[in-house]
Amino acid sequence: MSADKLSRRAFAGGIAALAFARRASAQGYAGLGESADGFAKVTPGKTFSFPGDHGPHPDFRIEWWYLTANLVDGNGAACGLQWTLFRQAAKPGPQAEGWANQQIWMAHAAVTRADTHRFNELFSRGGIGQAGVEAKPFVAWIDDREMKGTERTDDRTLAPVTLKASGADFSYALTLDADRAVVLQGDRGYSRKSERGQASYYYSQPFYRARGTLTVDDIQVEVSGQAWMDREWSSQPLDTDQTGWDWLSLHLASGDKLMLYRLRQKDGHDHPFGNWISASGSTEMIAGSDIQMTPKATAEVAGRKLPVEWQIAIPSRSLSITCKPLNPGAWMGTGFSYWEGPISFAGTHDGVGYLELTGY
Amino acid sequence: MRRGLWVLAVLLSHWRRHRMQFATLLIGLIAATALWSGVQAINQQARTAYDRAAATFGGVRTATLVAPNAATFPQNLFIKLRRAGWPVSPVLEGRVQINGRSMRLLGIEPVTLPADVGNAPRLGAGDLSRFVAAPGQTLVARETLGDLHQDEGAMPSISSGAKLPPLHVLPQLVPEVLVVDIGVAQRLLNKPDQVSRLLIGTAKGKPAPLQSVVGDQLRRVEPSDETELERLTDSFHLNLTAFGLLSFFVGLFIVNSAVGLAFEQRLPMLRTLRACGASARLVNSVLVLELVALALVAGLIGLVCGYVIAAALLPDVAASLRGLYGAQIPGQLTLRPEWWLAGIGISVAGAIVAAATSLIKAVRMPVLATAQPRAWQQRQRRWLVLQSLAACAVFAVALLLLQYGQSLIAGFGLLAALMLGAALILPAILEILLLAGQRLARGPLALWFWADSRQQLSGLSLALMALLLALSVNVGVSTMVETFSRTFVGWLDGRLAADVYISAADNAQAIAVRNWLKDRSEVQAILSGGRAETLVEGQPVELLGLPDHPLYRERWPLLESAPRAWEQLVPGNAAFISEQLSRRLNVRVGDVIELPAPEGTWELDIVGIYADYGNPKGQLAVNVAALIRHFPQTPQTRIGLIVPRDKIPGLIAALQKQFALDDRAVADQATVKAESIRIFNRTFAVTSALNAFTLGVAGIALLTSLLTLANSRLPQLAPLWAIGVTRPRLAAIELTKTLSVALFTSLLAVPLGLLVAWCLIAIVNVKAFGWRLPFHVFPLQLAELVAVALVASLCAALLPVLRLARMQPASLVKVFANER
Amino acid sequence: MLRSIEFIPSGALILLSIRNLSKSFTSAGEPVHVLRGVDLDLRPGERVALTGESGSGKSTLLHLIAGLDAADAGTICLEDTEITKLADAGRAELRRDRIGLVFQQFNLIPSLSVADNLAFQARIAGRHDAAWSRELVERLGLGGLLKRYPEQLSGGQQQRVAIGRALATKPSLLLADEPTGNLDEATAEDVLALTRDLVARTGCGFLMVTHSLHLAGTLDRHVVLHAGRIA
Repeated sequence: MSADKLSRRAFAGGIAALAFARRASAQGYAGLGESADGFAKVTPGKTFSFPGDHGPHPDFRIEWWYLTANLVDGNGAACGLQWTLFRQAAKPGPQAEGWANQQIWMAHAAVTRADTHRFNELFSRGGIGQAGVEAKPFVAWIDDREMKGTERTDDRTLAPVTLKASGADFSYALTLDADRAVVLQGDRGYSRKSERGQASYYYSQPFYRARGTLTVDDIQVEVSGQAWMDREWSSQPLDTDQTGWDWLSLHLASGDKLMLYRLRQKDGHDHPFGNWISASGSTEMIAGSDIQMTPKATAEVAGRKLPVEWQIAIPSRSLSITCKPLNPGAWMGTGFSYWEGPISFAGTHDGVGYLELTGY
Repeated sequence: MRRGLWVLAVLLSHWRRHRMQFATLLIGLIAATALWSGVQAINQQARTAYDRAAATFGGVRTATLVAPNAATFPQNLFIKLRRAGWPVSPVLEGRVQINGRSMRLLGIEPVTLPADVGNAPRLGAGDLSRFVAAPGQTLVARETLGDLHQDEGAMPSISSGAKLPPLHVLPQLVPEVLVVDIGVAQRLLNKPDQVSRLLIGTAKGKPAPLQSVVGDQLRRVEPSDETELERLTDSFHLNLTAFGLLSFFVGLFIVNSAVGLAFEQRLPMLRTLRACGASARLVNSVLVLELVALALVAGLIGLVCGYVIAAALLPDVAASLRGLYGAQIPGQLTLRPEWWLAGIGISVAGAIVAAATSLIKAVRMPVLATAQPRAWQQRQRRWLVLQSLAACAVFAVALLLLQYGQSLIAGFGLLAALMLGAALILPAILEILLLAGQRLARGPLALWFWADSRQQLSGLSLALMALLLALSVNVGVSTMVETFSRTFVGWLDGRLAADVYISAADNAQAIAVRNWLKDRSEVQAILSGGRAETLVEGQPVELLGLPDHPLYRERWPLLESAPRAWEQLVPGNAAFISEQLSRRLNVRVGDVIELPAPEGTWELDIVGIYADYGNPKGQLAVNVAALIRHFPQTPQTRIGLIVPRDKIPGLIAALQKQFALDDRAVADQATVKAESIRIFNRTFAVTSALNAFTLGVAGIALLTSLLTLANSRLPQLAPLWAIGVTRPRLAAIELTKTLSVALFTSLLAVPLGLLVAWCLIAIVNVKAFGWRLPFHVFPLQLAELVAVALVASLCAALLPVLRLARMQPASLVKVFANER
Repeated sequence: MLRSIEFIPSGALILLSIRNLSKSFTSAGEPVHVLRGVDLDLRPGERVALTGESGSGKSTLLHLIAGLDAADAGTICLEDTEITKLADAGRAELRRDRIGLVFQQFNLIPSLSVADNLAFQARIAGRHDAAWSRELVERLGLGGLLKRYPEQLSGGQQQRVAIGRALATKPSLLLADEPTGNLDEATAEDVLALTRDLVARTGCGFLMVTHSLHLAGTLDRHVVLHAGRIA
């Protein structure tokens, strides 16, 4: 998928409350050439190697470990959770040691049920050990929040791992397992975003099975379900004429997975992208012209109108579904705010997934 | 409305014809407001400064984690705690020298800094990147920029040669603090990966217990509502407030007499107004309106004067607070709107209180004058009896306070009651004196002299009461200050035993200094000292390590001691206790005190009590070797030297050159002594200034009373003139009368003032500072003050008397014409 | 003539009506009955002198009429208003609007100029009439003294200012308490003559307390107060 999402998320993640946001976006909007100056460039033909690529790529400006899970509790009630760790480099060049290190880390965590939505946000500077990612044995952490593997963790699947996060009024702890390897998105992991050269390195693990506990207001429940992790890094920011985007990750009942997003431009031209991942793990890109994404209903959240219901059709795949949010109020009121929450869909295909809306 | 304005115009027309009276009223109100609000401005300034200091990036207003021995600790404890869910933020603190000037360096970590650390300066998003990313920033208060003689953006070097990040002004910051990123601080202070303390923010969940994360490497310090500074400086500010209050009341005395006189004079006018059909309610409302309007005008002027007074006194106050308590008060006065409002409010309230009796009289006034006014003697007797009864009641309160009062406020209450009682009983005493004079008088003129003085008493009494108060406070405060300065200088001579004092930056430097000194032939002795801190009954207590040297035994002064006290000190199980601490803990010689120490409880026999003037903290003095045994972390950085006098400057210069010590770190005895004395002089400079103001206000009260009386005195004087007493003779008699009454008052003020001094020394000082001074009387000083009071009275009496002496006979004749 | 009188309302015939008025004071614990049922009527424009020996209650009666003091019993009606029923504020209003008062001690306001003293009551009453003021100044011969202060005037001049002040509101009733008591004989004659003229000019009633039988004789009627009653 695209650098578009990349830059958007970077914007959210990199740095929202931190000052670097302004500078990064200012450079980003200033033009293509300069933006990645001094940082490593995303070029086609990269050979991914694991476990190395599970770890950080500090030469690139932005990077994230982004996980969403669709779960049900013992009573069959649906819920969702989000666990994200973002990294952003304030400046290119060799990694400075200790407090002088240029990396800034940020994390978001959220729990969404039909009746509530909880979230929180953490920041840390790099170089001192308060936050970071190590490839082997895999661990991504900030404060007491972590995603952690063991010596047993399979580098191909990045499983099993444990996941935990807590906020003032919620916490969760999950074990994630998968029996299929991570999936390279786009062209063997090179996710091109536009004709103008923006791109990212992008792979996913959409096949996680999740099991664990979820605590809201001191009430703990057992949960289980499926989870999807995105790994992406890049140095190129968002283009000036892009106002935001709508992104979906869908777990089809058949076991297939579908990733879709639509880039919104100022001139009203939307660029849909898609990737179909079969239950076996093979992927196939879907032509933009073959994707119809139509907002169905809006909800007013935090003073904004958000398209939380969608009609989606992919004629070539005989897919026509309607997506509805579990909780229309899944607003992430963090430094950089956006909507992100679990959805369910029905039509020619059934299933659950996650929807992300930015730039509203 | 219009009717009211006409009535107001009529009332105000009185002042046009009685400008002096008007001036008196205004001066009274202005003086009251000015002194009160001046003191309030100073107090407010100081409190704001304490608040700023307390809130500076999580001062005492925030809960913190510190190492038990108060030393720095490794940064990985911070990481450990964060990983365990503790919302902590690291701070590294130290001192750096810039051009020989020592500054506090504070390293903070802005990304984790809790958002709720009091009113700490907020860093905006753009500021954050400039602060964190190289070259970073050094945040300073504007005052600090001036202190360093640097411009914004400059990068001054510290003594190690390293450069600070560019200076950037953050207005809310406290002076003398440099705030940098923690990484920068670690580099500048040469403490890589070290942290002084961790600020605790609001927990996001339920972090693991502290013990389970860091063991006993860190302990939690709860935030305190009242900073230590506030606690320590409370008594100082209470002192100021008491003076402000006193001046305020003296000012109100003036207002009261001016309003009372104006009311008496305007009584016929009020009656005419009522006879002409202005209703009582209208006249009374306009009277109040007039008073409030005057109070507003005077209040505004008073506030401006108060600002000037505060601005003039502030440097002294700031210096004493810094010297005594290390409190940093900016020298630039900043005032809040509340101050203006409060000042105006106190002016209006004061005016209404001072005018209350007159206003009540006006409300109750019948339109028709009472047919038979009581004879003045009868009225005066009744008034004297009532006032004396009130005085007795107030004295009773004073006795109760003396017997049962425990707090500093009770001490001030006792002082206030004493003075109020004395002021109230003054007219009765003067009446008795004058009556005695009248009985003894021979000759008609002498008889008239005494009788007329008695009649004048009611008119002058308020001014005389003000004079008595001002004078006795003056006597009291001067006696105390003089006593203090003598005691202090004597004490300092003994206390500063060594000739040169060195405070090394760390143990390593101290060892180097000692080694270097061993080769210096002029150094006769190297005395090592040490200082540690511990808590006794929850309060910080200093432990002072004394070297075992004959010089100390000879010169170090003890107030009380057990036999062979110094010998008992050497083994390490005995201590001297400072007077303050002995009072606070109620510990005497022969008692035992238990100290919490890192190696377990340390039991100490108290074998001596010593004076420790000027130290707000309690202190115990022990043998230095014993101190280091029990507190191994004690920095052994304090060194005293015995050096022949003529070799001192050379040695100090050599030391400074060799070890880059600033003038904070090495000083000779004379400098230390001069500095201490300077601080104490400044402490009382404020007191003396307020004292002088109060005396001045009392002088004004006397002057205005005499001036207003002078006009009403004509009918009494004219008959004497008519029967052949010349005008100069009359003037001389008038002058003698005023001076003799003032002299009586001044003489009464002396014993009262000594009583005030005793209260200050034996009660207020003990409660406020914890030390008691020997009580001395300085007769010469007393005579001087009485003379000053008489000169003030002379000046006050001279103007009306000169007017009388020069008065045209026609004016005197007119008395008879009007009498017709 | 008779016809016309019949049509005049009775209230206009009687300006001031006093019925059975009593007042007593307490002195040294003993009640002293000063007025014991006084009856007195004044017609509009009528000028009446009230005499009586010292302590007969002349001034007290005048004060009660002026509403400066409250009666114990009886009624005082000024035109349609019963003064004895009014509270203090009402009496003040009545004084302000309908009564002029002149005292023996002049009672001018020392801090106001002659001009301001003259205009004072009229201003409080809110009916300052510039033309009438000018006429008063002229008739009272105060033209050259307007900027002076009371203490700069002779007794006769001061009393003329007081009369001007009292008449500036064109009151219904002018009350004077020994207005000439502080003046020499010639001046007293002048001042009283002026007052009579002005009273005639305004048409108000005039009640003057005096101890001078000679001056009393110059008015329309002379009543004597004796032992608390009109003799």
